[in-house]
Amino acid sequence: MEVPYTDTNRPDTGLYNAKVGIWLFLASEVMLFGALFSAYILLRVGAMEGHWPTGLLDVGPGFVNTLVLILSSVTVVMAWASLKLNNFKKFKLYQGITVVCALLFVVIKSFEYNSKFTHHDVILNDGMRVDGHLVEETDEFIVLSHPVSYPAEKGIGYRPTAIKEAEAHAHEAGDDHHHAEDRKISKEEIDKRTTWGPWANTYLAIYFTLTGLHALHVIAGALVIAYFWGPGSKMWKTHPEQFANRIEVSGLFWHFVDLVWIFLFPILYLL
Amino acid sequence: MESADPQAHHEAGHENHDHGEAHHHDPGFWRKYVFSTDHKMIGIQYGLTSLLFMLLGFFLIAMMRWSIAYPGQPIPVIGYLLHTIMGDMASPVLDPQTKELIGYAISNDLYNSFGAMHGTIMVFLAVVPLAFAAFGNYVVPLQIGAPDMAFPRLNMASYHLFLLGGLVMFASFFIPGGPAQAGWTSYSPLATSIPTDGQFYWLVAMVIIITSSLLGAVNFIATIIQLRAPGMTWMRMPFFCWAQFVTAFLLLLAFPPLEVGALLQLMDNVAGTSFYLPTGLAVSTLSDVSGGGSPLLYQHLFWFLGHPEVYVLILPAMGVVSEIIANNTRKPIWGYKSLVYSVLVLGFLSFIVWAHHMYLTGMGTKISTFFQTTTMIISIPSVIILSCLFISLWGGRIRFNTPMLFALAFLPMFGIGGLTGLPLGFNYSDILLHDTYYVIGHFHYVVAPGTIFALIAGIYFWYPKMTGRYMSEFWGRVHFWCSFVFMNLTFQPMFAQGMAGMLRRMADGGAGYSIANNPDAIGGLADRYLQLNVNITLAAYALGISQIPFIINLFYSIKNGKKVESDNPWESTTLDWQTPTPPPHGNFAGPIKVVNGPYEYSVPGAKADFVPQNQKA
Amino acid sequence: MSGHSPEEIRKSVKSYMVVFGILIIGTIVTVLASYFDFGSMTANIIVALIIATFKASCVALIFMHLNAEKKTIYMTLAFTWFFFMGLMGLTIWASEDKPNFTVAPNDIPAVAAAPAETDH
Repeated sequence: MEVPYTDTNRPDTGLYNAKVGIWLFLASEVMLFGALFSAYILLRVGAMEGHWPTGLLDVGPGFVNTLVLILSSVTVVMAWASLKLNNFKKFKLYQGITVVCALLFVVIKSFEYNSKFTHHDVILNDGMRVDGHLVEETDEFIVLSHPVSYPAEKGIGYRPTAIKEAEAHAHEAGDDHHHAEDRKISKEEIDKRTTWGPWANTYLAIYFTLTGLHALHVIAGALVIAYFWGPGSKMWKTHPEQFANRIEVSGLFWHFVDLVWIFLFPILYLL
Repeated sequence: MESADPQAHHEAGHENHDHGEAHHHDPGFWRKYVFSTDHKMIGIQYGLTSLLFMLLGFFLIAMMRWSIAYPGQPIPVIGYLLHTIMGDMASPVLDPQTKELIGYAISNDLYNSFGAMHGTIMVFLAVVPLAFAAFGNYVVPLQIGAPDMAFPRLNMASYHLFLLGGLVMFASFFIPGGPAQAGWTSYSPLATSIPTDGQFYWLVAMVIIITSSLLGAVNFIATIIQLRAPGMTWMRMPFFCWAQFVTAFLLLLAFPPLEVGALLQLMDNVAGTSFYLPTGLAVSTLSDVSGGGSPLLYQHLFWFLGHPEVYVLILPAMGVVSEIIANNTRKPIWGYKSLVYSVLVLGFLSFIVWAHHMYLTGMGTKISTFFQTTTMIISIPSVIILSCLFISLWGGRIRFNTPMLFALAFLPMFGIGGLTGLPLGFNYSDILLHDTYYVIGHFHYVVAPGTIFALIAGIYFWYPKMTGRYMSEFWGRVHFWCSFVFMNLTFQPMFAQGMAGMLRRMADGGAGYSIANNPDAIGGLADRYLQLNVNITLAAYALGISQIPFIINLFYSIKNGKKVESDNPWESTTLDWQTPTPPPHGNFAGPIKVVNGPYEYSVPGAKADFVPQNQKA
Repeated sequence: MSGHSPEEIRKSVKSYMVVFGILIIGTIVTVLASYFDFGSMTANIIVALIIATFKASCVALIFMHLNAEKKTIYMTLAFTWFFFMGLMGLTIWASEDKPNFTVAPNDIPAVAAAPAETDH
C-alpha cells in the first residue's frame, strides 16, 4: 500500500501531506527565530546605558540584499505559477533567477562579514578609543581608514554622537566634504585591540548569529531550489502534479527565509 | 507479502516508498535492518538504541551512587576499568599506612561528568526516544489504520540523526577531560568556564538530537492529521494516539528555543561571544570577555523547552497505560472526552509554566505569582487524566497479566510523583526545596516508576504483535515485584533527605555538610540522612539486578517464548491488533474502514467481549 | 493539489506583481523612516515594526497563499504565534520584574538601601 495523499488532497483537511509537513516545519522555524529575536530584545534592553552600539552596519548592502530577496520571493512563486500554467520553460527561467538571487545574497553577505572582520577597534593607552578599517599593518604600526575616535569610558553607544561631533567640527572649519584622514597608530600606544567580530560586543554577537543562521537557511533553501531546477526537474515529465507540489512546498520555505530577513533588516541595520 | 491491490505497488508514485521494493524481492540486510523506511523497523531501531542508552545511563548512576554512599572509597573492579578509560579522572586511592594503591574512586570532576551525562542520556537518549519515537513509530500508524508514516524517508533520517547525536555524546566519554560536567542543564557561565572539550561535544550532540526530534515531530503530526483510515474520526482515535499527537506538538514548538540556547552557548564556547556572560565575570581571575550578556537568558531558553520536555516524558506513558488498562479491564476507558480535552489543555499550558524551575533566580513577586498560578492550573488536567484512569478500573474484569501489573503500578507511582511536585510549584515552599534531594525524588518518581514502568508495560504488551510470541509471564512477575519494591526503596528516602536540606549534585553525598564533620555549624545534616545514602545505593543496585530477568526474557522469548494463539492474543479492539503478526510492509491485509470507537469492550449483545474498531458489533 | 484553474493562476500572477511593487516601495520607506525621529526610541521601534509587519503580511498572505489556506494550517500558526508571544513577553517581563531589596535581614547590621535595579 502506498502512503496516500502525497499528491492529492485529503478530503476533510483539503491538504496534501507535504503541505502539512512544511507548515509544521515553518512553525518550528518561527519558534527558532522567535527565540533569537527574544534573545536580541533581552540583551538590548539589559545592556548598560551607552554600551549598545548603533550605526555599525552599512545600510547599503543590507538594502540591496533586501531587494534581492524580495525579487527571489517573486520569482520562486512565479516559478510555481508557471508550472501550474504548464509552461516549463518559464519555470526554469524563474527558478534559475531565484537561485542566482540566493547566490547574490550570500556573496553580498560575505563582503559584509569580511568588512567587519577587517574593521579594527583599539583602545589606546591614553584612554581614547579609535575604530576604523585596517589598510596597512606592520610590526610597528597599523593604519586605520575612516577612523572614529572618542573616549573609551563613554562606551560604544557614544559612537554616533562622536561621528556627528566630528562632522560638525569639520563643518565649522569650513570643510564640508571632510573625510577623516587615515590614522596611523603605533603599536606601542595600543592597550587593547580587537576586530568587529562576534567577540567584540553582544550586538555584533547577535548580529552574526542571527544573520549567520539566516544565511545557512538561505544556502539550504538555495540548494533545494537548485536541485529542483536541475536534476529534480525530471519529475515534471513523469509526475507533474507532484512536482508542482514540491515546487510549492520549497517555495514556501523560501518565502519564510525572505520573511525573516524583512524583520532582520530594520532591527539590525536601522534601529 | 499479500496486498489487496497489486496494481498499487506498480504505480509510478513511488517517492515515499522504499526503493528496495520489499514486497517483491528481499531488499537485503542493509535496506531492511539499517536503512529501513518502514515505521515498524524504525520503531524497533529506536527502541533497541534507547534501551542501550538507558543501560548506560544506569551504569553511570550506579558508579555515582557508590561515591555518594562511600565517598572516597575505591570502586571494586569497575574502578580499574574506569581508570583505563577515563585516566586521571578516576582518582587513585592509597592505603593510608602502606601508601599502596588499593583501587580507583571517581574524582569530583568525574562525578560531575557522570551526573551531567546520566541526566542527558536518560532524558534525551533513553526515555524520549523510547516513549515517543519507538512506541510512537511502531504503534501510531497501526492504530490509525495507515500503511506507514507520512514521510518514511524523513523518518529514516530522524533515526540516523538520533543515532549520530547519541554517538557524539558517547564519544565525549573518551576525549581528554571527559564529557560535559555542567549538569544536564548546562547552565552558563559554568558551562563555558570549564576548560575541557566535553561541553562542546554536548552542545553539538544536542543540536543534532534536537534536529532529529523536530523532523520526527513533523512526521507524527502530519501522519495523524492526514493518514487516519476512513472512518477514523478524531474522537475515535485511541487515547495513545492523542497523547503522541500532543507530545509531537510539544517537541515541535518547544525544542527550537533550546536549539537557540545551545547555539548561543556554542558561540560563547568557541567564538568568544558573551551571550550569557555578564560584564565583570570572574572565574578565577577577571574573564577576558566582552560582557553584557545574561546568564538568565540561557535559563529561560533552556526551561522553555525543559518544562514541555517533562510532559513529553509522561504523555506517551499515559497513552500506553490507557491502552493496557482498557484492554485488561475489558471495559472502555472512563471519560474518554475528558482525557482528550485534558491532554490538549495540558499541552497548551505546558508552554507557560517554565519559570517555576527558576524561582530562585531573583524573580519579582508578580512574575513568580504568574508562573505559580499557571503551574497550579496545569495540575488540574493531570489529575483529571489520572482520575479517569483510576475510575476506569471500577467494575472491570481485571486481568492481572504482566503489562497490567506495570500499568496499575504506574497509577499510584505517578500520583506520588505528581503530588510531591506541588510544594515545588509554589514559589515559597520551593525556596526550601529547590536543588535538594526532594526534587530528585519527585522527578524520579514521575519518570522511573512512572514513565519507565509504563514503557516496560508497553514492551510486554506489544511484544506478541512484534514477534508472535509472549514474553515469559513468570519472569515478568518476578521483574515486576522486584522492580516495584526496589524502585520505592530507592527513591522514597530522597524526600526525607531533601526536606532535611540535603542538596543535589554532591559527590560525597553530603558528608562535607554533616554535623559529624562540622559540629559547631548550624544546619548540618544528621547522620540518619547520610545513612540513607547507603540504603538508597543498595536498593538501586538491587533495582539494577532486577532488570536482568527482563533483559534475558526480552531476547530469549524471541525464539522460545510461548507462541500466540491468534493475531489478536490480548483480544484488543484497536487496529494495531487487527493486522497479521508481525505486520507486513503496508501493515494491513486490505483497505481499512473504521466503524466503532476505540474501546468497544463488553458491548451488550455482541458475540465476544470486544468489538474491533473495523468490525460491526 | 489543484483547484487552481488557469484563470485563477493568472489573477494570482497579477497580484504577485502588485505585491512585488509594494514590497520595493515598502523597503525604501523602511530605510527613509529610519532617518526620521518619531519622538522616542519606543516610537521609532514601533514604526519600524509596523512597516516590517505589513511587508511580512504581504509575503505571507499573497506569496505563501495564506489568504486562502485551510483551517489546519491556521490553527497551527495561531498556536505557534501564541507560544512565541509567550516566550518573548514572559522573558521580558521576568527581566523587568525584580524584587526591591530595601529591607535589611534581622540580625545583620542595617546597610544602606541597595539600588532598586541593577543592570545585568
